[in-house]
Amino acid sequence: MKSWKTILAAAALALASSTAAMAARTDLVLGVVLEPPHLDPTAGAAAAIDEVVYANVFEGLTRIGSKGEILPDLAESWTVSDDGKVYTFKLHTGVKFHDGTDFNADDVKFSLDRARAENSTNAQKTLFAAIDTVEVIDPATVKVTLKQPQGSFLYNLGWGDAVIVAPESAETNKEKPIGTGPFKFESWAKGSSIKLVKADGYWGDPVFLDKAEFRIIPDAAAAIPALLSGDVQAFPNMPLGDGLPQIQSDPRFKVVIGSTEGETILSMNNKKPPFDNLKVRQAISYALDRKAIIDGASNGFGTPIGSHFAPHNPAYVDLTGTYPHDVAKAKELLKEAGLENGFKTTLKLPPPPYARDGGQIIASELREIGIDAEIIPLEWADWLKQVFTEKDYDMSIVSHTEPNDIDIYSRKDYYFNYDNPAFNKVIEELNLTSDEAKRKELYGQAQKILADDAVVGFLFELPKIGVWDAKVEGLWDNAPIQATDLTKVKWAD
Amino acid sequence: MTAYLLKRLLIGIATLAVASIVVFSMLEIVPGDPARLMLGMNATPDAVQALRDQMGLDQPVIVRYFEWIGGLLTLDFGKSYTYSVPVLDLVTERVVVSLPLALIALALSTLIAIPVGIFSAERRGRAADTISMGAAQIGVAVPNFWFALLLIYIFAVWLRLVPAGGFPGWSAGIWPALKALILPAIALALPQAAILARVTRSAMLEVLGEDYIRTARAKGMPRRTVLWRHALRNAMIPVLTILGLQFAFLLAGTIIIENVFYLPGLGRLIFQAITQRDLIVVESVVMLLVAMVVVVNLLVDLSYAIVDPRLRTNR
Repeated sequence: MKSWKTILAAAALALASSTAAMAARTDLVLGVVLEPPHLDPTAGAAAAIDEVVYANVFEGLTRIGSKGEILPDLAESWTVSDDGKVYTFKLHTGVKFHDGTDFNADDVKFSLDRARAENSTNAQKTLFAAIDTVEVIDPATVKVTLKQPQGSFLYNLGWGDAVIVAPESAETNKEKPIGTGPFKFESWAKGSSIKLVKADGYWGDPVFLDKAEFRIIPDAAAAIPALLSGDVQAFPNMPLGDGLPQIQSDPRFKVVIGSTEGETILSMNNKKPPFDNLKVRQAISYALDRKAIIDGASNGFGTPIGSHFAPHNPAYVDLTGTYPHDVAKAKELLKEAGLENGFKTTLKLPPPPYARDGGQIIASELREIGIDAEIIPLEWADWLKQVFTEKDYDMSIVSHTEPNDIDIYSRKDYYFNYDNPAFNKVIEELNLTSDEAKRKELYGQAQKILADDAVVGFLFELPKIGVWDAKVEGLWDNAPIQATDLTKVKWAD
Repeated sequence: MTAYLLKRLLIGIATLAVASIVVFSMLEIVPGDPARLMLGMNATPDAVQALRDQMGLDQPVIVRYFEWIGGLLTLDFGKSYTYSVPVLDLVTERVVVSLPLALIALALSTLIAIPVGIFSAERRGRAADTISMGAAQIGVAVPNFWFALLLIYIFAVWLRLVPAGGFPGWSAGIWPALKALILPAIALALPQAAILARVTRSAMLEVLGEDYIRTARAKGMPRRTVLWRHALRNAMIPVLTILGLQFAFLLAGTIIIENVFYLPGLGRLIFQAITQRDLIVVESVVMLLVAMVVVVNLLVDLSYAIVDPRLRTNR
């Protein structure tokens, strides 16, 4: 018995010391919750795709940095014509795709034309809607002409959906992604892990890691032991679970609470009575206690919002004071709307815990002002069909995770059924403006209109909970776009 | 014997046919557009339509049903909507994880349960019986995912003997692969072993009360021979029935266990495919599971005929 114990202890010690002895490692295993359906960011909406390949395997003309800023990427520099319609990009030279083929202006033209083509299945086709023509001037110069000026064009080009692919490999990128990034794809064991290795002869700043593995761990309960056992050294987007305090109190790990681009809202069908009445929507907004909702739906980690904008964005305006939690005021507004006895309605909830947990709290808060909201849980596919596509709903809760997406409120037939010419005008103007100061001001106006109109109940910004080994440096704190940028990641000695 | 088996075989085929209709129509009824799900909230309607065309979702239901059945019969399972690789490849990659896992678990549970059951039956009412049946009771009551987490904390986090989860693939070598399957197999096997032990015990007790056992004992046959030759053989029928059922339970149990240990097996595949509306994968994998269960049931029926000679001659 005793010898058995000694063997166990020795084995444990040997394993522990073998990991400790390796100073300045150059490999990293990251845990991800969702497995990407495939690895082509230009052919699917799944955030899980970008979380593996963005900035690591694929690069665009521009890219988004850790603070949400626009940075040059494959385009070294650019000029914009005075009327804001013509963008001329100067490309980096000597760039090669991972299969050895050269990158040049033809690839840019191919990628942009492919993304906006008639039969394109690009999930963010609207990003390219403004493009009129793409011309190759010489191998290192591309001229893009827009139908009308678009202030967010350079930002749009930084999305994962706008990365540059080569005609030779475009069709096979789903299985074997070929990009120009600092890491190249090595292997994908379906359901298990995706491995990347450092690409030789990378054109840009050299990276520190030699190997990176994304291990798919869908279960929150499994994530904690994976970290504790040292199998996984980083979880850039940790699933919310009861085990987080255990990790937080462990000095071997760093827990970083950041923000994302996910505005979590209580959406309302603005054309359906009684939600077509501003007073009713305002009453609902007054009835919401954001603090309680954040505590219950995001373990207290979310940041309250008063409009549809991410707090880390420089153009953010704090409008959380527009409708403070005030039950008396809410009741009064309902009375003014002729609904002093309240009404019956439904609350259709998609599966994420923030929606299901938040829904319970919101329903009980609405009951306080006499609104009886029946909770109807839906699966994702069903939610997309009923609520999002067919607009057959009263209220719902969902997080809008696309970056900088305040313009969705100006879209015709979007599921909010909101149509305010004044708001649409601001968005139109925003599209035509590229001056940063002016854009900031317009963004402020847009946020204010949405808050005043109480279009939806603005709840909180979805938190990004990152957990990684205390010796790992360079991972993003916030998530201005869905990505796991490994280009600056390294192990401290 | 032949008639008996033929009848069983026909029942098996009928089961498969009915299952195919149920599975297919169930997924037709389930709401939600796979194309919209794949492209997300920001996609334009024409992008969604383009994808629907690509996936052939707009063809009539009947056409798709027969195309699917025809495909299954020729081992052409179609292409996964989400992974866009042949379903057959996906399934083969996963079967090599799930099948060994289920088989190891089945072997473990049989090796533990049958001796324990016999041991308890022999010592009915004594302390050893009470203890082992009490343990079995706990085994039945403990949820396997909880037991799995307990195992992970002891053997992966604390002792660091095995990985906390994941599967390196058989290409990484037999030992690393087996190491990854040990804890999941134990977690899967425990509740099954507990049930099987209880069934074995009661079946044995019933048989041990029969007259012929008393006769065998009375004529001075050694205890051991009575137990293993006469009693066990006759107690095997209920045990085999449960064993056959357990195989189906083990396959179902892998869905939970594979999630806890993030193993890339069939259970994970089907779970993921359902949430992603990857209909073609769900249909094919469910049919495969149904087929596996049907085959196992056939084997169980066959084994009845081996243990019980009456079935060989009478029917």
